[in-house]
Amino acid sequence: MYDCIIVGGGHNGLVCAAYLARARRSVLVLEAADQVGGAAVTREFAPGFKVSACAHLLHLMPGSLMRELGLDARGLRMAAAHLPSTAIAADQAPLALDPSDCSGLAARCAADAAAYPRYRQRLQRLGAALQPVLEATPPRLGTASWQDRWSWLRLGWRIRRLGRRDMRELLRIGGMCVQDLLDEQFDTPLLKGALGFDAVLGANLGPRSPGSVLPLLYRTAAEARSGSALAQPAGGIGAVSQALAAAVFAAGGQIRTGALVERILVNEDRVAGVVLASGERIAARQVISNADPKTTFLKLLGSEHLDTGFVRRVTGLRAGGVTAKLHLALGRLPQFTGVAPQALLGRLLLAPSLAYIERAFNHAKYGEFSAQPIIEVTVPSVSDPGLAPAGKHVLSALVQYAPYQLLAGWQHERVRFTQLIIDTLEQCAPGLRAGIEAAELLTPMDIEREFRINGGHWHHAELALDQFFMVRPVPGAAQYHTPMSGLYLCGAGCHPGGGVMGLAGRNAARQLLREAA
Amino acid sequence: MDGGGNGRHDAIIVGAGHNGLVAACYLARAGLDVLVVERNDYIGGAAVSRQLYDGFTYSNCSYVCSLLRTEIIRELNLPAYGLQIIPYEGGCTMMRDGGHLALYDNHDALRREIARHSRRDAESYERYLRDMLRQCRFIKPLLLREPPDPTSFKPRDVMELLHLARHFHRLGEQRMYDTVRFWTMSCADFLDQYFESDIVKAHLAGSSIIGTALGPRSPGSAYVLLHHYMGNIDGTVGAWGFARGGMGAVTQALGASLQASGGQLRSGAPVERILVRDGRASGVVLASGEQLRARIVVSNLDVRRTFLEVMDSKDLPPEFLAQVRNFKIRGSSGKLNIALDGLPHFPAIPHGSPSTRGDMHVTDTIDMLERAYDDWKEGRWSRAPYIDMLIPTQIDPTMAPSGKHYMSVFVQYCPYRLAEGEWNDARRQSFGRTVIDTIGAHSPDFKDLILHAEIRTPWDLENEVGLTEGNIFQGELTFDQLLFNRPIPGYAQYRAPVRGVYMCGSSTHPGGGVMGAPGANAAGAILRDLKRAH
Repeated sequence: MYDCIIVGGGHNGLVCAAYLARARRSVLVLEAADQVGGAAVTREFAPGFKVSACAHLLHLMPGSLMRELGLDARGLRMAAAHLPSTAIAADQAPLALDPSDCSGLAARCAADAAAYPRYRQRLQRLGAALQPVLEATPPRLGTASWQDRWSWLRLGWRIRRLGRRDMRELLRIGGMCVQDLLDEQFDTPLLKGALGFDAVLGANLGPRSPGSVLPLLYRTAAEARSGSALAQPAGGIGAVSQALAAAVFAAGGQIRTGALVERILVNEDRVAGVVLASGERIAARQVISNADPKTTFLKLLGSEHLDTGFVRRVTGLRAGGVTAKLHLALGRLPQFTGVAPQALLGRLLLAPSLAYIERAFNHAKYGEFSAQPIIEVTVPSVSDPGLAPAGKHVLSALVQYAPYQLLAGWQHERVRFTQLIIDTLEQCAPGLRAGIEAAELLTPMDIEREFRINGGHWHHAELALDQFFMVRPVPGAAQYHTPMSGLYLCGAGCHPGGGVMGLAGRNAARQLLREAA
Repeated sequence: MDGGGNGRHDAIIVGAGHNGLVAACYLARAGLDVLVVERNDYIGGAAVSRQLYDGFTYSNCSYVCSLLRTEIIRELNLPAYGLQIIPYEGGCTMMRDGGHLALYDNHDALRREIARHSRRDAESYERYLRDMLRQCRFIKPLLLREPPDPTSFKPRDVMELLHLARHFHRLGEQRMYDTVRFWTMSCADFLDQYFESDIVKAHLAGSSIIGTALGPRSPGSAYVLLHHYMGNIDGTVGAWGFARGGMGAVTQALGASLQASGGQLRSGAPVERILVRDGRASGVVLASGEQLRARIVVSNLDVRRTFLEVMDSKDLPPEFLAQVRNFKIRGSSGKLNIALDGLPHFPAIPHGSPSTRGDMHVTDTIDMLERAYDDWKEGRWSRAPYIDMLIPTQIDPTMAPSGKHYMSVFVQYCPYRLAEGEWNDARRQSFGRTVIDTIGAHSPDFKDLILHAEIRTPWDLENEVGLTEGNIFQGELTFDQLLFNRPIPGYAQYRAPVRGVYMCGSSTHPGGGVMGAPGANAAGAILRDLKRAH
């Protein structure tokens, strides 16, 4: 009999377990795979070539969380931190996106060079105001509870404290489309493309979709407190999960890998434990699910335990991923035309203009993959040679748009899309193809299969205005507890979402402890 | 107040659109000496009936009367001045495979019809109606209120915010969540929560894109659905109707009501400048050079035109001007007005079905709507456009010679700027052909019946009526331009940065459609200011 069982050893599950264990709960984490980390793992995709399976950069995890769990002490190092971002295009010179040095931009357009730092600062100010929101349980609407009212008032006051101008700007752009925001301030298409990229990355939105500024604000909000800006952990993202697991053990928690949970046990309208695929039953007072909401409620718990309205909401949750992951094993270092060597430490953004992104997005609306995809490229082996055999390299790329529901079916189209991406990259890095020793493409379908995320969405559920904060993932489960007493959520499907942030896990643990107290 | 005469008035309204007239009516009834000046030789702005082909009357811009607030109809006594609204008797969407979906105002018939396409959807339709009604009930009371400024601590704003909060709170927790999601969702996602049949979704989705530069998959389009659903005829929520004699009947009635309460109208009097002396409005100059003096000037024009063209930039704070330039007004709609020699035959529709005596469509999937939008994004008119087609003369014989018919065809999407170059007559004609062929594909005899067709692009609408980019809402209805953000954060209360200058057009809350609410709210703001001054 455990106090808490965490279903799924993803980064949020581990964070949640660590905090619960530190609060003297007896904790057991059950992970189906043979290593912890869920989608935050480093794995070998070709003999001698290792890569971060899904997320490949760390930039959202708050420093406070990393300190509290002592991740550095448990061996988490950054191979490179404060990584540069560079906008690339097939037919023009690359552009470094460095607010502190806009010389490259100034050469293209003086006005933009002047506007860019101001734009960054403003976003950061607005982001900083939203940042505390990420670290708290979303309050409910329309309750008599003073605690809820208080948190709404606090939120209101925090926004008010921005001052009239910034507050108005926040209320204006909060639901705006990123194209309008960028068109208002910049002219350089390459710059706008790269900035728009961060808004739509991982989202089923185009630059013209209202609400596409939100992910951008969100990103800046998290980065405002992030421990290490844009960083690449030594040994890949898996190192983060390893350090988190160590934190769980150190706090006295237990972890079992290769233990696939089949069902969540219910006894007299409250959670009693779980059953593993092996048939083994494990009893627990609380079950915290790191799995996505659809899997948790419809598969593990079973809709028979929930009322129809709630089930309808869960079924209606938009959770189809649009982001694919490409891994290339390279015999030699790729040469991106005009890109300085140190820029290769960071990420290269291929999204030459907002129109280009919008066209790429058009395909996704009709269940096709982008004819000209947008791509975030990293070559992690540059700063972390251990990931590849001596002298060889690993290229890891996020690619959009690759809709989960592909009309033609991924099993037929995977090869075609892989070639298409490589061709697209080849235009910016001539000779890339020749150096390829092995390639792996993870479509949302594959992500669903390999990491058991229904829909293969890295946020477990679309992170959009209508699935945000107090309605995320669905009303009735937005405060981490669920309609089934004793069952909690701690995954990316909850506020504030995924992206190796760890806050869903910490918020869930704190909420559970508050309720138990 | 100083009386009229010697070219001096209490208030001058620039533009005799329906909102300008509504504002004028309320001011005149409050005892002000009001003058409305209109550029064109006829009043009405975009709510007009025009004789452009012998014997025919076209509602050549706006064509449906449903949003006009009942409060305004009542208070300004418009029926007494000849306004008569005739509800649609149905509506339909014809499918490419020859099938159709008909909408009847008889609820049981409607259920049976939907069940023909999907039993499940027939059930869901009840749920859908209920939820839409809830949203309407929630939003309606807010339409005729001045939006509060959330950044201000003025008692009125604070009270108004509290009122909003209480109004919202009354929904109860679950409804509050539904409302939040409804406001932020895309129309396609919203409809997916209810329906499975493409044709049902496509028919309902139509009104979510009318007049906006959004597609049915753009977040926020669900709200636009509501914006067209708030219609209310004789208390029937969601009902749409024709104005007998064309949309001009609305503005004619408003004009008559205005004159009855002592207001004056001057058409054929384009305003060159709004005059400002020592930081406050002092009147207007007409193109003729004539000066008209007034301490209150109310602009019915959209904000861009008001502040960038009719006002002198040196009279305005530069920051404000920058925001005006950022105000999003996008032309996305075209219109055809067609004189027909007889009633065209639509094989898809059972003969004599009331569903042709309402809005007819030919777009049968959401994807078709979305692809039509993709064309607009690329700067070309939709190759397979969404059309909202009406033949009012079936119900209102006053608009065409007997036996002949007038057809109003609203077209989405049609860009203001074409990628291929400026609008010219050749391009206008080819745009018209696209639309006529689209209809012809569903009606074999349609093309032969055409006597005359007026083809209107956003460019034409801008030049004739003065709406920037020919946007029918005087500004996009997106989150960043709604409620206290409309038209510009900090200036959502109908007052311009210059004392005595007010806005009353659809650029202001609650936005476009022949609703009249902006005009009424603006008048309210003006009268409050006057009271405060005395």
